[in-house]
Amino acid sequence: MKANAVNLIEQEWILPGNRTCPGCALSLAYRHTLKALEGQCIVTVPASCATVLHGMYPITAVNVPCVNTPFASTGASATGLVAGLKALGKKGITVLAFAGDGGTHDIGIQSLSGAAERQMDFIYICYDNEGYMNTGNQRSGSTPLGAVSGTTPILGKQQYQKDITAIMEAHGIPYVATCSASYPLDLYEKVKKARTIEGTRFLHVHTPCPPGWLFPFSDTIKFGEMAVETGLVVLYEIENGIFRLTSHSESMALRGGNLQPVREYFISQGRFKTITEEQIDELQDWVNARWKHCLHRATNL
Amino acid sequence: MAIQRKANVHILDGNQAAAIAAMMSRVQVIAAYPITPQTPLTEQLSRYVEQGELQAEYVAVESEHSAMAVCTSASLVGARTFTATSSHGLAYMHEMLHWAAGARLPIVLACVNRAIGAPWNVLNDQQDSISQRDTGWIQIYCRNNQEIMDTIIQAYRIAEQVFVPVMVCYDGYILSHTEMPVDVPIQEEVDRYLPSYQPHTVLDPANPKNYNLVTLANPRVGVDGKLCHGYMELRYLLQEALQNSKEVIVKSGKEFNQLFGRDYANVFWEDRNEDAEITIVAMGSLAMEAIVAADMLREQGIKVGVLGLRVFRPFPKSEVVQALRKSKLIVVFDKNISYGSEGATCSEIKSALYGTYINAAIRNFIVGLGGRDIKARELVEATKKAIASLKETVVNPDYPEWICEI
Ligand SMILES: Cc1ncc(C[n+]2csc(CCOP(=O)(O)OP(=O)(O)O)c2C)c(N)n1
Ligand code: SF4
Ligand SMILES: [Mg+2]
Repeated sequence: MKANAVNLIEQEWILPGNRTCPGCALSLAYRHTLKALEGQCIVTVPASCATVLHGMYPITAVNVPCVNTPFASTGASATGLVAGLKALGKKGITVLAFAGDGGTHDIGIQSLSGAAERQMDFIYICYDNEGYMNTGNQRSGSTPLGAVSGTTPILGKQQYQKDITAIMEAHGIPYVATCSASYPLDLYEKVKKARTIEGTRFLHVHTPCPPGWLFPFSDTIKFGEMAVETGLVVLYEIENGIFRLTSHSESMALRGGNLQPVREYFISQGRFKTITEEQIDELQDWVNARWKHCLHRATNL
Repeated sequence: MAIQRKANVHILDGNQAAAIAAMMSRVQVIAAYPITPQTPLTEQLSRYVEQGELQAEYVAVESEHSAMAVCTSASLVGARTFTATSSHGLAYMHEMLHWAAGARLPIVLACVNRAIGAPWNVLNDQQDSISQRDTGWIQIYCRNNQEIMDTIIQAYRIAEQVFVPVMVCYDGYILSHTEMPVDVPIQEEVDRYLPSYQPHTVLDPANPKNYNLVTLANPRVGVDGKLCHGYMELRYLLQEALQNSKEVIVKSGKEFNQLFGRDYANVFWEDRNEDAEITIVAMGSLAMEAIVAADMLREQGIKVGVLGLRVFRPFPKSEVVQALRKSKLIVVFDKNISYGSEGATCSEIKSALYGTYINAAIRNFIVGLGGRDIKARELVEATKKAIASLKETVVNPDYPEWICEI
């Protein structure tokens, strides 16, 4: 049976009163991840907003075992957990790496790539708030074109986002999926599925960030949904090379495949205050092309 | 009482000795990345694992930073871990070395001492491990391949009692690639010496704990009302553990002697120091060369003794003072340099002697960097030069002399 708001497991592994900002999508994504794993996991977390969520010694907001590890080391730390459990013959525990986009696309890509190439048996979740939020919002490899940040302060970022899921797919790992915190049940189902698969499993989760993106705290879900409706974020999974659209992206495709224009998404976030009409047009073309590619590639339409 | 046991002598190079020692210590997770001159060690360990001789996970990581991250995390689920590296690899690990010690994980690392760039150089000096002096690791230096074998086995016994990681350092090529007779223990003996690893923390969903959380400078009250350590207390506990580890190092060395008949109940090696007026101080294989130099000097009627440093961290201050109490001149040879100052062991000796009644002159020579040949003959000449310099002044010079003989 598919998860819904009624039958979703009630137990919580993230306790209320954690240190994330109001309207933080990462805590929503993490909450549903841990529900899907039913707490039967060991987590490794690098420096990021997720560190902040985890609390300050001796108080933690998280009810699963966790090791905090240096920024660049997430993939290797997960490898160590897997290797240690294997050496000791401990079975039935999922190793989960939970890292931001900076810790994944940038400083952590070496250890992640090494681990994926070795086909290490863990789930890696990159929650993507499109910047280095822990240090006050600087550009990352996942900051979108046109976004202003601490290190793209005047002109906005001049480059496109790094396509991390394509990079991870190229490692030949058994499961790659995209998610959005605004579609937590889709995320939940994907983590549940990933849990049953062996090898490196990679999930990329879009997690809007009110203070970093400069929109009201109450609009997190709205911006996550807009990203999917415009095709800026496409929800899919690739299981052993087979590509399927899922959740809202799947229904959009089945309902004729129309996307909302991207313009509204950009002009309603403070971080895009300097974006130009040409950049918006460029991004619209990019979104259209990628959506076409996804529709073409999807095996479930 | 040392027990009588049959010798089991093999001809081994230093890397082979280290690999056998790691295997006999029943390491459970090995993560390493190849670098000259450590490479044969890591190849040998992967061979043991693939052949099924060693029941362990061998993780062929993509970098040394990852090697240490694998070790820290594997250690936290309860596995005994081992890694080895040299030079650039150790430097690349730097961040993780702090984390291993900070998290109090009893990891053992073999550092095959090699020079560091720029420019490239694959030969021996001790700049690599000395540069990691302040990461909170115990550092023990070996003089020969027997010591490599014995020290790695002892390192687990030490590390797992004091919860401080141990770096076993030995000179690249001079030891790593040079064959010598080594008495290899049998597995049952090692098993008797080394109980299985009892971690202080095990990450387990049955008893969730959150490790290495953000920790404030001051103590903080937990949900149960109990006051818990602040960052400063945790740092003090690491320092205290290193201070107290000296006792455990000596005890583990004594216990080793009881089982294997080789005595390590010392923090350094001494040779003819009882009546020496002049003491040569050196660390690693250079200490062996210093003994030859002392022979030559004694033949010339100069009363020379040798202090071969073994344990560099924790630095055995009071023991050094005791050993040097009769010296009028201390000649310190360093295969490293703290740029703008002097050799690291010289600074340690000076700081140990400060405030004691010993008022010896100290001369520091930087030798053997990047594999520059340094033989007993040069040590003899340098010692004589140091003696001659006393005629001019007994004041210790600001900076060391460099020996660059060809
Ligand atoms: C080696 C190292 N460099 C820099 C930092 C500082 N730092 C901590 S978190 C962070 C950014 C994290 O960004 P991301 O991974 O996207 O996570 P987020 O904070 O956005 O959740 C940076 C730069 C660090 N901890 N370690
Ligand atoms: S800065 Fe953004 S990602 Fe970080 S805690 Fe706040 S809302 Fe969440
Ligand atoms: Mg981020």
